[in-house]
Amino acid sequence: MKIMTCPLNGPRPVSEFFYWGEVRPMPNPDTCTDAEWADYVFNRNGAPGVKREWWCHTPSNTWFIAERDTEKDVVLKTYFYQGEA
Amino acid sequence: MPWRLLRFALNKKHPEPRMFTTHDKLKSSYDVVIIGAGGHGLAAAYYLATEHGIKNVCVLEKGYIGGGNTGRNTTIIRSNYLTPEGVKFYDESVNLWQDLSRDFDLNLFYANRGHFTLAHTDSALRTMRWRAEVNKHYGVDSEVVGPEAVKEAAPMIDLSCAGHSPILGALYHAPGSVARHDAVAWGYGRGADQRGVEIHQQTEVLGIDVQGGKVRGVNTSRGYISTNKVLCAVAGSTPRILKMVDLRTPIYIHPLQAMVSEPVKPWLDPILVSGSLHVYISQSARGELVMGASLDPYELHATRSTLDFVEGLTSHMLDMFPFMSNVKVMRQWAGMADMTPDFAPIMGKTPVEGFYLDSGWGTWGFKATPVCGKTMAHTLVNDTPHPLITGFSLDRFSNYALTGEKGAASVGH
Repeated sequence: MKIMTCPLNGPRPVSEFFYWGEVRPMPNPDTCTDAEWADYVFNRNGAPGVKREWWCHTPSNTWFIAERDTEKDVVLKTYFYQGEA
Repeated sequence: MPWRLLRFALNKKHPEPRMFTTHDKLKSSYDVVIIGAGGHGLAAAYYLATEHGIKNVCVLEKGYIGGGNTGRNTTIIRSNYLTPEGVKFYDESVNLWQDLSRDFDLNLFYANRGHFTLAHTDSALRTMRWRAEVNKHYGVDSEVVGPEAVKEAAPMIDLSCAGHSPILGALYHAPGSVARHDAVAWGYGRGADQRGVEIHQQTEVLGIDVQGGKVRGVNTSRGYISTNKVLCAVAGSTPRILKMVDLRTPIYIHPLQAMVSEPVKPWLDPILVSGSLHVYISQSARGELVMGASLDPYELHATRSTLDFVEGLTSHMLDMFPFMSNVKVMRQWAGMADMTPDFAPIMGKTPVEGFYLDSGWGTWGFKATPVCGKTMAHTLVNDTPHPLITGFSLDRFSNYALTGEKGAASVGH
């Protein structure tokens, strides 16, 4: 992967982008247990596969979602966050 | 030794087997199955056989011996860590390293060079004072030195680092060493093999049979094996194995790249590390400069190399050693680092009975090879964690009791 497509700026070199990890729903800190919170804070889905991830185009500070195959290093699509369905 | 050589000279046939015995078939059951024939897995097999008399052991390897991170690191051995758990653990490892060549009757090219961690900022110097005090408390040779000591040990260095990151001091660790990384895996592998441990290369683990929360066997590309104890020592492939036993952990995978230059005359004796410039460098016995930097910036389960890495690393390298501008880069490579949030490993028992982890070795696993083998063998045999690894258990995350080792990571990640 050398080029990534920013939903706002189009295809740009990957060095302009910043990776912020997989999209993960946050449990409600007021109601969840300590174990659920620890699971959210520390644990990750570390296995390879197609993942939905937060990325940022740093020169324009544009945050968006990328669907990426973490084994083949291929971006399948990029789009703006639409809220959780 | 000369008599053995003479036998080779006079004999038409090769009088001894090669390094490792090849086995046509897997047995139907083993006392212990170790996944991963890297340094860690083979060391565990070696100590199971030598210290605990457990020889009905099988080491499964998807690729070839030492082909993972054992053969992809930059071979630095040190024990100047930050936490008491880390310092005690790595110090024991350094002690074991010093005797390995003799134990194996195999030259590991273990070379004691001295290790400087450079400080370019006041805050870095503060962390180094902290590390030096913790180290000294546990009897590890470690001290903060001034820039003049760095210049004396490496006269070619530009102490101002091109004027933008002047070196204010360094943490000097006299026992810092390098060793030939492949030979470590070969030495442990041969030692285990000679004592009856079976090493099966080109044998992939496809699944782990867990019944009622207990390990019952392992499915491999060459058939099923029944066993009650499995040790997972697979570095960057750890999450794939964890998926088979349905365990959630904090481990995430980023590639770590490294490169070597063409061989040049010996000019750099110590090992130099700069956290701020994201550089570490040593000169191998062959004269190649072995260099590494920080992790790649995003998750990836592959070992591809990038030009970005070479450009970034060389530009920082030239800040330190401007005269290297004519030296050519000979090759580069990557390994998959299994990172943890606190930069300490994850070792010991897991909620799955009979499934043991030697993982979370990120960018710091090579130096720990001997002590990991020793402590994991102890843990497998006694079914309780060795006292040196209790600070590295998986449940520290659910207990919010982390072992913060980031301050001692070689470069800022």
